[in-house]
Amino acid sequence: MSPGAPLAAGAAGPMTPEPLRVRSLRRETADTWTVSLDVSRRPGGFPFQPGQFNMLYVFGVGEVAISISGDPGRPAELLHTVRTVGAATHALRGIGRGGTLGVRGPYGRPWPMEEARGQDVVVVAGGLGLAPLRPAILHLLRHRAEYGRVSVLVGARTPEDLPFRRELARWQEDSRLRVLVTVDKASPGWTEHVGVVPALLSDVEVDPARTVALMCGPEVMMRFTVRELERRGVPDARIHLSLERNMKCAVGFCGHCQLVPYFVCKDGPVFPYEKLRPFINLREV
Amino acid sequence: MPPPLPPLEHHPFLRGLSPEQVSAIACGIRELSFPAGALLLREGEQADTLYLLRSGRVVLELNVPGRGTTQLETLKAGDILGLSWLFPPYRWSLDARAVEPVDAFALDASCMRGPTPEHPVLEPALAMRLLRHLYDRLERVRLQRLDVYKAGA
Repeated sequence: MSPGAPLAAGAAGPMTPEPLRVRSLRRETADTWTVSLDVSRRPGGFPFQPGQFNMLYVFGVGEVAISISGDPGRPAELLHTVRTVGAATHALRGIGRGGTLGVRGPYGRPWPMEEARGQDVVVVAGGLGLAPLRPAILHLLRHRAEYGRVSVLVGARTPEDLPFRRELARWQEDSRLRVLVTVDKASPGWTEHVGVVPALLSDVEVDPARTVALMCGPEVMMRFTVRELERRGVPDARIHLSLERNMKCAVGFCGHCQLVPYFVCKDGPVFPYEKLRPFINLREV
Repeated sequence: MPPPLPPLEHHPFLRGLSPEQVSAIACGIRELSFPAGALLLREGEQADTLYLLRSGRVVLELNVPGRGTTQLETLKAGDILGLSWLFPPYRWSLDARAVEPVDAFALDASCMRGPTPEHPVLEPALAMRLLRHLYDRLERVRLQRLDVYKAGA
């Protein structure tokens, strides 16, 4: 199966949502929640690859593209981490335990975990960009011996805005990872870094010939981080970004998420920077 | 036992300079250690030192009346700290506090801002490195003030 092909088990087709019940909701930050969906009736659960997303349909309100934030090694658990910013995500939060969501997916080109095998991996996450990277980090931990050095750099607005805080603390204690966290604003008592994510790169060893970078966050943050990686000699082909665009159909028909020659839903959301370079700074797209 | 700290000429700020250039820039060098919580700079006090951080982390802080102390940026081994000695009135504009034990070289600013016969004003190699440092910091501040993680930003 190609990475972008939807897994339609239990669903009638790529455009038909499959009803799934909300098993639980966990608060991550003031406006961000992790929603667990019940996939126990699906044979084999809900397999996906790190970096893929689903379309979540709040019946009668609307549909939104949300990255899968769970562990790809545990397909019996389907997790999405959602920030309540619009009508659909507010309604999604309001559904509550036992309520039903429509789900289509998984869609999209995943993180290049095969290509990264045997390489050092630098994971760079800004804000909720950690959600689509979490499956990649869990994959790296599950297959740790197959990769070189793994560094995880995480940025957020304030300490309170960090998603997956307990897990981040656990990862920081895990000798198999180097995890650095920074925030834009902090008050006394915060003992991690203060400042922007690209500045954390000076704290990790980057061998440009054997480093693969996986990055997701606000696009401006990613552009600054790409520049910092380029200063260290990392080739564009080794830098992978996950983009967020207005995805509607998720299968490359409607064109809402078009980025010049690409449909972000189908050709992405993960792209090597060498493909994005000509378009990432265009103001019209 | 931790590895020995690199010598002055291996600090990233000076790396690549000739011994003559280093000696033109660096005079009155002191090797200092600070415990966690110690203030390296205090706002308003005389600015007469350039610190080259060798280990540990330092956070720049500003006390904002009514809001308390705000942490602005973390500096770490390999960074430089303190540039207010460059221009009058030569007073620190921020506090800098050790987040963890810090080792640093302290360079006497009077050698760098001259002029004296031995130390002309800002050796060109030093000037370029300070410019690079300031430009990098400007880029970081620009990104930081964009508040990119704010909902709808």
